[in-house]
Amino acid sequence: MVFHERAAWAGLIAAVVTVGVYIWLLPRADAWVGPMLWAIGTGIAVSILITILWGIAAGIRDREAATASDLRDRDISRYGGRAEYVVLVIAGLVVIVLCALGAEGFWVANAMFAGFVLAAVIGGLARVIAYRRGLA
Amino acid sequence: MVKPTRVTNSIRAHREQQGITQAELARRIGVTRQTLLAIEGEKYSPTLELAFQIAREFGVRLEDVFEYPGA
Repeated sequence: MVFHERAAWAGLIAAVVTVGVYIWLLPRADAWVGPMLWAIGTGIAVSILITILWGIAAGIRDREAATASDLRDRDISRYGGRAEYVVLVIAGLVVIVLCALGAEGFWVANAMFAGFVLAAVIGGLARVIAYRRGLA
Repeated sequence: MVKPTRVTNSIRAHREQQGITQAELARRIGVTRQTLLAIEGEKYSPTLELAFQIAREFGVRLEDVFEYPGA
């Protein structure tokens, strides 16, 4: 598995962990800010940790191949990025509508948070599927 | 749903005929072994430049390695 495919899997796992941490912390807290920040921080840390540990494991097997990337990785990265962009634009529009309607900060922040997580999941899935099933 | 390429190729046949491993061919054309595997398995269309490079490595014409249905 090449570096960028491992990164795509790490991003997917981190997105799931982020949602899990947020859903677990939110009912136990007085406000949404703390749980959201903890969830985002944990997600970033998990992504970095998986990338490093998986990279070390891959490097032990084949040092040169562990960090190699080429034009196919760039194509797949672009493909996943387009999927992410669509979700982020929709999330941005939802945030604008919520602000226009005078929604509370909780709903505005959570709409954007959901947008980020959905974008990460859909972009990650698009990349993983492209690596596994092929890209025209 | 991602559509795999309609381009077919005979890279494996040429490779085996000339005794070149996947890793060696990948190194020569400057891609990862996974990318060569995807091209061989017709899961990824190489760029025109890469296709020419592959044909050149085998010492044959582009159309001897790659085909497109109806062409």
